[in-house]
Amino acid sequence: MRFRIYRYDPDKDAQPYMKDYDIALEPTDRMLLDALVRIKSVDDSLSLRRSCREGVCGSDAMNINGRNGLACITRLADLKEPVELRPLPGLPVIRDLIVDMSQFFKQYHSIKPYLRNNEVPPDKERLQSQAEREELDGLYECILCACCSTSCPSFWWNPDKFVGPAGLLAAYRFIADTRDQATSERLDDLEDPYRLFRCHSIMNCVDVCPKGLNPTRAIGKIKDLMVRRMT
Amino acid sequence: MALPTRKFDAVIVGAGGAGMRASLQLAEAGLKVAVLSKVFPTRSHTVAAQGGIGAALGNMGEDSWLWHMYDTIKGSDYLGDQDAIEFLCRMAPQAVIELEHFGMPFDRNEDGTVYQRPFGGHSQNFGERPVQRSCCAADRTGHAMLHTLYQRNVRANTLFFVEWMALDLIRDASGQVLGVTAMEMETGEVWIFHARATLFATGGAGRIYSASTNAFINTGDGLGMAARAGIPLEDMEFWQFHPTGVAGAGVLITEGVRGEGGYLLNKDGERFMERYAPTMKDLASRDVVSRAMATEIKEGRGAGKEADHILLKLDHLGLDVIEKRLPGIREIAKKFANVDPVKDPIPVVPTCHYQMGGVPTNYHGEVVAPANGNPNTVVPGFYAAGECACASVHGANRLGTNSLTDLLVFGRASGESVIRFLKENPGHKDLPTDAGDYSMQRMARLDGQTGGESVFEVGAEMRRTMQAHCGVFRFPDMLQSGVQKIKAVAERAKRTEIKDKSRTFNTARVEALELDNLIEVAVATLVSADARQESRGAHDRADFAKRDDVNWLKHSLWYRDGSRLDYKPVNLQPMTAQTFEPKVRSY
Repeated sequence: MRFRIYRYDPDKDAQPYMKDYDIALEPTDRMLLDALVRIKSVDDSLSLRRSCREGVCGSDAMNINGRNGLACITRLADLKEPVELRPLPGLPVIRDLIVDMSQFFKQYHSIKPYLRNNEVPPDKERLQSQAEREELDGLYECILCACCSTSCPSFWWNPDKFVGPAGLLAAYRFIADTRDQATSERLDDLEDPYRLFRCHSIMNCVDVCPKGLNPTRAIGKIKDLMVRRMT
Repeated sequence: MALPTRKFDAVIVGAGGAGMRASLQLAEAGLKVAVLSKVFPTRSHTVAAQGGIGAALGNMGEDSWLWHMYDTIKGSDYLGDQDAIEFLCRMAPQAVIELEHFGMPFDRNEDGTVYQRPFGGHSQNFGERPVQRSCCAADRTGHAMLHTLYQRNVRANTLFFVEWMALDLIRDASGQVLGVTAMEMETGEVWIFHARATLFATGGAGRIYSASTNAFINTGDGLGMAARAGIPLEDMEFWQFHPTGVAGAGVLITEGVRGEGGYLLNKDGERFMERYAPTMKDLASRDVVSRAMATEIKEGRGAGKEADHILLKLDHLGLDVIEKRLPGIREIAKKFANVDPVKDPIPVVPTCHYQMGGVPTNYHGEVVAPANGNPNTVVPGFYAAGECACASVHGANRLGTNSLTDLLVFGRASGESVIRFLKENPGHKDLPTDAGDYSMQRMARLDGQTGGESVFEVGAEMRRTMQAHCGVFRFPDMLQSGVQKIKAVAERAKRTEIKDKSRTFNTARVEALELDNLIEVAVATLVSADARQESRGAHDRADFAKRDDVNWLKHSLWYRDGSRLDYKPVNLQPMTAQTFEPKVRSY
């Protein structure tokens, strides 16, 4: 199978280049990550992140034939050859398929991604109805792979000011949690021309999310809450 | 060569469930703590846990920590230390409640309490009937727990060193542990982390086998570092083969599928677990179910063209239950097995999943080793928790859900022990003058190596050897030849060569250093397995079919130096409960 892979090692390369690989696969190689592991077994200089190989750790996000996805759950059979692989767009490249995700995590951290509740907790669990808990479905499953934020033009333009789809999904995950008491602070923090309102609902994030989540809907719900508290 | 040095009160290696539960304890106490992790914390392997956290909350019916304790001891095939198991089971409910208070999105019952599902080996009233004890967030419990712990650490301002790989443990002449050397992956720079206390939470080494549910990062780094520093590894012959790894792919399918009512079928459509475990059936403990499956396959009743797997049926649960309780499983089955479990059964085989052994500790998370006639002498300044540690709460076979409980309970306990130690031992002891030399020799060897073998080839040979010689069923001739083979592979591992010499994010170098750790674990496993002449829990020998409490009710201790074995007694004395005497184990 044929691959064209973005290569760049700042130690020796003046600039990035695309390298072609023609690799014989085994019948057990079903996912793109299997092929990358095989390529690495003959060219150990190819650098990428990977861990769980089942789509839950979020390590091996990359741009696959022009679209962001996780290598470990992308079927080889579904890919057009030569398979063109690039690092996630919009973030600085450290080497090959490895990008510097600092900006992405900085935005995630900026929404204070933890439960805020200043009451003394009860001896037992805090109670939450099944309906209240269901509000968190589609929000808490995010794996922070950055496929969404790095496919978002607003994030490409303003990665330092726009929270981005992953961070906003997390913000709504806490707003939607009946145990969290900081909704109005969270809304205050997002009421800003950039942090929230750079989202123009073009839905690239929804398109690429490997977990099938919908950040645009979460962002819409945050906007609704803002409108509601103004009226 | 003197290495640059950073000083901390404590250094934690590993940012999975145990490492982050411990770091939270230390950061909230205002201590200066560094957490080193090869990956961004939420990518740690805890993220892949599915089924739940075992704790006798009693939300679904009567339950007690004493029943949980009995189940865990029986599950361990009586090799678990009963003081540590009592501690685990008594602390479990508090650990779960705490996690809920941190914001964990647990599933709920109608009354708003945490939902609990049945799980293998967990019972009411000392084995009478299955109990619902597993606290879960759908089938993504590990993911929800790891993210919750990371979030709580963000709140506590914990200092993480992300994509740093620890290389070696630093001990002084008295044996006290004074920190680690570690490499920043992005730059290739090696630093000394000089710490008053060092805590390992590095996870397991399931990647010693070819077929494994484990992530690529599970390379036993803590075990390799401890072994090279002269600390023994305990009970390494005991590896859990999870009954339901996706055939061919190895990806985990939670026992929660059977907890929710799924069951296993052979090629004749027979629910064969009824023959092997009449009371608990498909919810017998994992060693029992895996052996039953392997027996069915061996005797020609496997499913598929090659008669090489078993079928996990869950379509009768209906779309609603599958979508609500097991959505991740449906996703995995579609992607990795090409079946939609709403209609068709999932092809599964027993797959290497969990390391019961590890760095020996007591139930305070303090690392212990034989010295001056006491097999459990504390190694000052050194702590371990989670899968890399052996307390021992899992003995010869871990119960499902007890791994997450272990991370929470012993992560917290080891954090508390570190806080106590730091209070009693103010100030940093001086580093030995040669503190970084060993690591730098290893790095120089790799950089200068020519004419060596590739890391991939040597690693593949190690994995094949373990898979063929030390699997679900173990045979004396295979164990003996396996020991010779793995020692030969270990010699080859000393001469691995990497072509990539770059300083920048050199993952070839990382993989070579990981192989150094894996190979210690592989040798420890085969040598310990060859020596143990009985069948107990996950260690099943064709030539010694029965458990032998007269000669083998004891823990193995493997030393790297000369690949020597020693043994120490099992602690049968709980903290407050009565001893559960070993008896015949049936489900």
